[in-house]
Amino acid sequence: MANLKELTHREDRLAGGHRLCAGCGASIAVRQVLLAAGEDPVVAGCATGCLEVSTTIYPYSSWKTAFIHNAFENSSATISGVEAAFKGLKRAGKIPADKKVKFVAFGGDGGTYDIGLQALSGAMERGHDMVYVCYDNGAYMNTGIQRSSATPKGAWATTAEVGVAQAGKTQRRKDLTAIIAAHNIPYVAQASVSHWKDLTTKAEKAFAVEGPAFLNIFAPCPRGWRTPSSQTIEIAKLAVQTGFWPLYEVEDGVWRQTVKVINRKPLEEFLKPQGRFKHLFKPENAALLAEIQADVDRTWERLLGRCSQE
Amino acid sequence: MPTQKTLAATGNSVVAEAMRQCAPDVMAAYPITPQTTIVEEFAAFVAKGRVHTEYVTVESEHSAMSACIGASAAGARVMTATSSQGLALMWEELHIASGMRLPIVMANANRALSAPINIHCDHSDIMGARDSGWITYFAETAQEAYDNTIMAVRVAEHPDVLLPVMSALDGFITTHSIDRVCVMDDESVAGFVGQYVPKNALLDTDAPVLHGAFAGLGGPYFEFKKQQRVAMENARAVIKAVGAEYSALSGRPFDVIETWGMEDAETAVVVLGSTAGNVRHVARDLRASGEKVGVVKIRVWRPFPYAELAAALKGLKAVAVLDRAESFGAEGAPLFLEVRSALYDLAGHVPVVGYVYGLGGSDVRLELMEQVFADLSDIAGGSAVPAGPIYLGAREEA
Repeated sequence: MANLKELTHREDRLAGGHRLCAGCGASIAVRQVLLAAGEDPVVAGCATGCLEVSTTIYPYSSWKTAFIHNAFENSSATISGVEAAFKGLKRAGKIPADKKVKFVAFGGDGGTYDIGLQALSGAMERGHDMVYVCYDNGAYMNTGIQRSSATPKGAWATTAEVGVAQAGKTQRRKDLTAIIAAHNIPYVAQASVSHWKDLTTKAEKAFAVEGPAFLNIFAPCPRGWRTPSSQTIEIAKLAVQTGFWPLYEVEDGVWRQTVKVINRKPLEEFLKPQGRFKHLFKPENAALLAEIQADVDRTWERLLGRCSQE
Repeated sequence: MPTQKTLAATGNSVVAEAMRQCAPDVMAAYPITPQTTIVEEFAAFVAKGRVHTEYVTVESEHSAMSACIGASAAGARVMTATSSQGLALMWEELHIASGMRLPIVMANANRALSAPINIHCDHSDIMGARDSGWITYFAETAQEAYDNTIMAVRVAEHPDVLLPVMSALDGFITTHSIDRVCVMDDESVAGFVGQYVPKNALLDTDAPVLHGAFAGLGGPYFEFKKQQRVAMENARAVIKAVGAEYSALSGRPFDVIETWGMEDAETAVVVLGSTAGNVRHVARDLRASGEKVGVVKIRVWRPFPYAELAAALKGLKAVAVLDRAESFGAEGAPLFLEVRSALYDLAGHVPVVGYVYGLGGSDVRLELMEQVFADLSDIAGGSAVPAGPIYLGAREEA
């Protein structure tokens, strides 16, 4: 696996000058993933969303790779078609048999957990040699911070408002990484922009396997989380340290924690710096806060159980 | 000249055969009645090693068209087939395929749309895709479905066009009936369609390109749409040129409209798809008894052959338009609206009466066609044009 020095010598395949916000986790995730792609050419796809609209404003492109945007829910199906073309054209002798290309599809949590789940499940099940990367910032940020099935319980969103009758989102998050792991594909991992070595190592593994791989990358959104843009990495780190976002991989069905957290911090440390959770610290929401902590404790224990079984 | 084999085969079977002969690099397919046997037969070609095609068994029609778009942008020759709800589910992607100027070829087995659910023939599905920017051929017979599918590849991939093309055939009536079909030898079809040389392929990784840019911030979205209009207009000449070449090769005539008895007709029926046969059958009997009736069949629905149609219908005393689809709340159904608009600039007024028939596979009986010609005779004789659309053969109570 590449060290930091080696990574710095690799070409950045997402050019600066794009229109994403300062402190956006998505562009950090993309750059780290593409650094791990190695020397082979890459065809990247992206679901409709912040990442797409901010990097492909005609006639410019921030992508130093071949790139395709199709629609919101079908980044995975689209890249599966590109990968199929690669196979078909090789079989026809129109592409040299020894040519290597890496295929990667990006999507936010809205485009992945929600509207794109069916297409993602289909692409993973069909076994295309592709990597799907979800940059999870926990809401529909491009349309203006609406709740998704990745939005944490209790978080404020513009469709999960805070008022006397409701304290933000009332439902738990969907565990998408486990859902994709249940597809029995070669490689599934959960990573965070705060842990670059862990992330790039996972991305290298994802590109290296034959067949589908899935990366779920924690990517804070200063605009939607109501956090300073300078705090993106700190907050992502706290998500890992509190066990809100455990870092693990599932390699050929074997679950393994890649970053161990010995003294898990209280969840409050992750929630408190974020404006979207500020109502949780009012006395009337104390029970809700305790419930959210209990949820994290339970999923944490379940993960440890899965990892120890192997 | 090609060697031609005469088969007794279904429309779906010869569409699958045409697709095999056109050798797509990718097919992304999903089953739906009454299209399924196309993708099943193609799957058998894959299993037997008769094609080099990468066959992608997607989990929905939306993903079928999404994968076709990815594959076509990658530089592959791409085909698929669908019907009804499947075409409806693809709707978003139909516009993206044409907007990205990808020469995908798709067969559609024309079928009713829910609700209530119904698996039989009408044209509601394809009329829903009317404005999606796809060139659209309609087949009357299995033979036309075969021929249209092969011509579609050449038209789609023509550098002046670069648009997706649909090859539509009537569900069950044409897809599943065994018909007499002449099929050309593989080499002749391969020679006719040629090799696809893509422009701006994603897999040309030495010259990376971006497909699907954001043109929304005062960007050239409007101008891109104008280019699509230009391409669709260019398709008119390309469809005719490709048709003439195909006609010379196959020995089967082709034009964007097919006329019968129009040399001296006083009244005529305009129709799409398999019902043309029913109409001609009745027209032939009426001709035998001295009535000057004609039939115009539309073979290419998009781009709509308005000039050819106006020339064919000019000076008639009455015209009936048969629609196998609805446009609720419009003055008439889609074909009616097109035909009447095509006649608007003619010097003399041509009365047009609109019928909706055969929805959900409702029987298209010869008596109904006789009724249409009787109405035409009345209108030609001076009766008022009845307000339409007339629901031809609908029972008073379901």
